[in-house]
Amino acid sequence: MIFSNVLLVFLISLQFSMYQLMIANTLQTLTGHLQVQAEGYKDEQKMRLVVPDVIALADDIRNVLDLQDVAARGAAFALASSEQRSYGIQVIGVQPEFEARVSSIPGQVTEGRYLQDNDAAEIVIGSVLARNLRAGVGDEITLLGNGRDGSFAANVAIIVGIFSSGAVDLDRSIAEVPLGYFQDTFFMEGAGHQVVIRAPQLSMAGALQAQVAAWLPAETNLEVYDWMELQPGLKQAIQADLSSAFFMYGVLVILVAFSVLNTQLMSVLERTREFGIIMALGLRPGRLGKLVMLETAFMGFVGLAIGALIGYAVTLYFSYNGFSIPGMDQMAAQFNLPDRMYPNPGWLTTFSGPVVVFLFTLLSAAYPALRLHRLRPVEAMRAA
Amino acid sequence: MNAVQCVDICKTYLQGDQEIKALDHVSIDIAEGGFVCLSAPSGGGKTTLLNAIGGLDIPDSGEVYVGGERIDNLSKGDLADLRLAKIGFVFQAYNLIPVLTARENVEFVMQVQGVSANARRQKSMAILQEVGLEGLEDRRPAEMSGGQQQRVAVARAIVSNPELVLADEPTANLDSRTSSELMDLFTELNETHATTFVVATHDKRVMAYAKRLIKMLDGRIVDDIQQKAA
Ligand SMILES: Nc1ncnc2c1ncn2[C@@H]1O[C@H](COP(=O)(O)OP(=O)(O)OP(=O)(O)O)[C@@H](O)[C@H]1O
Ligand SMILES: [Mg+2]
Repeated sequence: MIFSNVLLVFLISLQFSMYQLMIANTLQTLTGHLQVQAEGYKDEQKMRLVVPDVIALADDIRNVLDLQDVAARGAAFALASSEQRSYGIQVIGVQPEFEARVSSIPGQVTEGRYLQDNDAAEIVIGSVLARNLRAGVGDEITLLGNGRDGSFAANVAIIVGIFSSGAVDLDRSIAEVPLGYFQDTFFMEGAGHQVVIRAPQLSMAGALQAQVAAWLPAETNLEVYDWMELQPGLKQAIQADLSSAFFMYGVLVILVAFSVLNTQLMSVLERTREFGIIMALGLRPGRLGKLVMLETAFMGFVGLAIGALIGYAVTLYFSYNGFSIPGMDQMAAQFNLPDRMYPNPGWLTTFSGPVVVFLFTLLSAAYPALRLHRLRPVEAMRAA
Repeated sequence: MNAVQCVDICKTYLQGDQEIKALDHVSIDIAEGGFVCLSAPSGGGKTTLLNAIGGLDIPDSGEVYVGGERIDNLSKGDLADLRLAKIGFVFQAYNLIPVLTARENVEFVMQVQGVSANARRQKSMAILQEVGLEGLEDRRPAEMSGGQQQRVAVARAIVSNPELVLADEPTANLDSRTSSELMDLFTELNETHATTFVVATHDKRVMAYAKRLIKMLDGRIVDDIQQKAA
């Protein structure tokens, strides 16, 4: 029982730390916690589903929320060509001044520098894309795509920096240009596609979302979405993982419950004679049953306390020293996680598992206790 | 009022396909403050009768009253309460609780009754002294002789001054001196507290202490003699 409690504490802590990290890492690269977009844009990224006057809107939101971590963006699909090769990519127009507040990419430039001037013909590309294009800092990139009105759009930009976010998908298919340049190139007429908001804490995203939603002018077709709506895949991955993990925990808890049932049944049977004497002397079967329950509860509680304590200690140890599971690298790469995990021991993760085990322990002790009601003292006393 | 009344009780055991009539239409009245000896050869039904009176076993038919209250239709819990409050048992096989010391065994009933630890300790030490076990209070049953265990069982039965004491062969393992000391103790309790005693025994000397002697054979009462108190 103690062992299973330790295991539960550790596994649950590890799991939840992993989710937190997955969420944090995924959101901090590009998505942010909230985005204001035109209705329908998140499902189908059409150029014409714009946020008009995107920079002014971003400024307004910054003031309304009294929060600096707000940035405007535009996004377009384009064919990027170097001298040698061409690739289809997503070009994101960003505000160089604010982008670093909502995204980790500006900080992940490994060669050259990030964008500075809002109107310069400059571009920063992912490291994999740079390799694929066989292009480096100082080279020219030609962008071909469709403008907001569907017309043909083309422009040239100089590579000023190369970033490496760690997420291969992003590094292969993303390039960032200044928003002013983006608006010129794609005939945006001051519009963009997203205002990205980063809450001080993940848990505050909901409240901010409500605040922005209430503030957004009703006559526009703008909507504010939270990260779960923006990244449904992330939420689904977590949910799928959670349900399989909880199935496993369920099996573990049931195993423990059965072993407690078995132990307690044996220990009641072993003491049949004593219980018979006690009842013959005048202890009510109900009271005896309560004593037996109390005994199990005490054992269960000790198991809970020791298990949670050791579990916490083990988790704490790994929270400093890290923990890696062979074969985790794949998942780590997909969700942009480091390959060593540092599980975070917390109240919830430490006690939820052991408390459930405790409750099931009590439940499974009820049967032996109830059996005592059927014990007949005369026969019980005769048992050797 | 009668301390104990049995009306036409029967108890049949099945052994294989053979029926054994352990109690065969037994009726007795035992007055309050009575001192009754039950004597019968082995297998005569003494233990079965004591169990029926103590509510440990329900007869197949007939009625049992203890202190005027009908008990053969009570629930297990109510029977337990009745035993706890009114009846002291000395079981034939002592039936001490092996993990408890002599003193703890004696204190057990009082503990269930809710007597304070101090009062328990005083009473149990006094009673153990009376049955001649001072110095052995902290021994467990396995560390005592049969006779010593038997005396612990007697001490346990009488320590909380029950109205009725049911003793099944309480002197079986005692030498004649200890057993007469024990019977003196019973007699004294009988006289000073008006405790009713029902004692099953083969022992002629024990029978001599009884005010009334009931002889049984094969589950039936065959003789019922009023004796003078010894
Ligand atoms: N649980 C039982 N199952 C079957 N038969 C039983 C059971 N208990 C008692 N008997 C039978 O009932 C009869 C009366 O038994 P009881 O124990 O009352 O005799 P007793 O007078 O106490 O004998 P002893 O002096 O040996 O203690 C015996 O024939 C015994 O075999
Ligand atoms: Mg007997």
